Amino acid sequence: MNTISGAQALIRALEAENVEVAFGVPGGAILPAYDPLLDSSVRHVLARHEQGAGHMAEGYAWATGKVGVCIATSGPGATNLVTPLADALMDSVPIVAITGQVPTHAVGNDAFQEAYTTGITMPATKHNYFVTDPNDIPDIVHEAFHIAATGRPGPVLIDLPKDIMNAQMTWHAAATDLDLPGYRPTVDGHPRRVKEAVELMTNARRPVLYVGGGVIKAGGSEALLELANRTGIPVTTTLMGRGCFPDSHPLAMGMPGMHGTYTAITAIQKSDLLVAIGVRFDDRVTGDPTKFAPSAQVVHVDVDPAEIGKVRTPDVPIVGDAKRVLEQLNEAWGNRPQPDRNEWISQIRTWQRDHPLSYDQQPDGPIKQQYVVEEIHRITGGDAIVVAGVGQHQMWASQFWKFDDPRRWINSGGLGTMGFAVPAAIGAAVGKPDELVYAIDGDGCFQMTSQELITAAEEGIPVKIAVMNNSVYGMVTQWQKLFYNERYSASQLGSKIDYVMLAEAMGCAGIRARTPDEVAPAIEKSLAIDDRPAVVEFVVDPDEMVFPMIPSGGSNDEVIVGPGQTVVAP
Amino acid sequence: MFRTLSVFVEDRPGVLARVASLLARRGFNIRSLAVGPSHEEGMSKMTIVVEAPELEQVKKQLHKLVNVVKITELEPERSLEREIMLVRVSAPPGRRSEVLEIADIFKATPVDVGHSSMCLQVAGDPGKINDFLELLRPFGVVDLAKSGRIALARELKGKESRLRAVN
Repeated sequence: MNTISGAQALIRALEAENVEVAFGVPGGAILPAYDPLLDSSVRHVLARHEQGAGHMAEGYAWATGKVGVCIATSGPGATNLVTPLADALMDSVPIVAITGQVPTHAVGNDAFQEAYTTGITMPATKHNYFVTDPNDIPDIVHEAFHIAATGRPGPVLIDLPKDIMNAQMTWHAAATDLDLPGYRPTVDGHPRRVKEAVELMTNARRPVLYVGGGVIKAGGSEALLELANRTGIPVTTTLMGRGCFPDSHPLAMGMPGMHGTYTAITAIQKSDLLVAIGVRFDDRVTGDPTKFAPSAQVVHVDVDPAEIGKVRTPDVPIVGDAKRVLEQLNEAWGNRPQPDRNEWISQIRTWQRDHPLSYDQQPDGPIKQQYVVEEIHRITGGDAIVVAGVGQHQMWASQFWKFDDPRRWINSGGLGTMGFAVPAAIGAAVGKPDELVYAIDGDGCFQMTSQELITAAEEGIPVKIAVMNNSVYGMVTQWQKLFYNERYSASQLGSKIDYVMLAEAMGCAGIRARTPDEVAPAIEKSLAIDDRPAVVEFVVDPDEMVFPMIPSGGSNDEVIVGPGQTVVAP
Repeated sequence: MFRTLSVFVEDRPGVLARVASLLARRGFNIRSLAVGPSHEEGMSKMTIVVEAPELEQVKKQLHKLVNVVKITELEPERSLEREIMLVRVSAPPGRRSEVLEIADIFKATPVDVGHSSMCLQVAGDPGKINDFLELLRPFGVVDLAKSGRIALARELKGKESRLRAVN
């Protein structure tokens, strides 16, 4: 009999899942797995912190649609993974995390580098496993990938004690029939519900398609485009769904929510029908949910039944895969003529004309963050995967970049994990080596995970990272300005850091732009560098604020628009 | 309001922790919880009594757990609910017969008799057990242990079952 170690079985099982790359950091308890990894077809990218490894796996999964893999050791290695796991759970990102554990006999005895990993990560994963028998490894790995990738995707963790990895087992491929009686995601929408939805869409006078990350995860962008074209219903794409519908399309209204476009927010508020697909009525979208889209009937399509009715009770609930249900809606629509929506569309055009996203870049003033986003878009022709951290820069990137394709916008939406951009951009670039990956990061975020620059440099991953340096935690400062009487507690970062030196110390190119006229040359210089990562520091305006804005928990009827605009009740 | 959930789960390590942690996270207070083997090999049945105004969301959240196979809400009038209680009452020799008289009415069995106290075992629906306990209180309840509530749905009879069959 051909016996191999549990660790060898693990690596073989990863190969069987067609894993190309794993992001990780080694350590005592996971050492057995690292040995066979040397001989494996699985590439290993050595992150400098497990949180970085986790976000890299997420960035890879976002960009490719495949399951991202990260590896960490027991104890602190595993606890450092908790943030990316929670992030992936919130944003439905399919990743599999493999953690080493102290030997079985030491488990529960406060051994060196022991943490109760499965307990700690239970609420931060879609599912997790503690392996007690090396013979279970092929099936568990196969199940883990299946659970991570199907239904509502999410993170799955496998905790492997060191003795289990060292023990011998007889290799066998995973069973083809998964034994998961409690896990059967619904794919097809109920035909009667689909018909009801089409009736509502036909008769509505002010309908809105409110679509999000679920459409991207399901690969439903084409079907969505077809539905919008057939029905003539305007579309708003959530932060998680940016790119699932082209911003260049005449029916595109941009992002809804706290920092959404005036048009998207107001169209939702005035709508008589919300067709919500792959969205979860997040509080950043709804504000006060009792005042959200008050006169709208709601069709809610989601693969996760728990999302339906969680915040808003729909008139037509449809549980199913977003792509499949979109196809069903298209089929059910058939050759109905497009209803006359002139009145509604012209109302939307008026809002778009009166309340565009705006900013004021003075030639001799400080660099505006929005200008940087627009310049990167212009110079790259929009042909880039854009990765953001969390905060003001993220909102501006989402607002001002024109997304026309899915999987070209990567950010941390639900958990709002600062420091996401640098490692996620590295993961995306590993997954899409032929594409330009441009991270748009804030200085606060950048300082949280900038150690991963050396990962990119050592691995030859030529990511570009724009650092919007306003020397403050921008969003915190904005809230302190608006809601805390301009008392800037702990939000000012100072100005001693030198990002160019930091970049160069980490084997990257460092570029700096201090004035508006230096912006375009700095971006062009970054694009010309192809032998190492490039960090471009933009010294930007610390006083710039993100608008429109709906204060947290407020009604979507109370949009604060930017300076120079006034709201006239429609 | 108390609701009874019957949760059919795979008998895997950690499944109780997953269910309990999920209920706690969603803010549901567990009144009682009983776990044991079910009619199927490798599967367990949990009977959970929770305090909740509505259960739709918690049922859906529980369903997201990979090891949870089926969840049924058991309405009291359409289900059988049972508990078992062991109760130790103060019963010096002079009062034993009084205690035993009450025990007899409730079909409770004395399972341990000492110099000053007596332990009784009673099984039945939760209301009956509570009534019994109230009658014992004047004697002085020294200690007690209750099993969690276990429950099964009743077989539907008459018109309702025909309607169900049509659906």
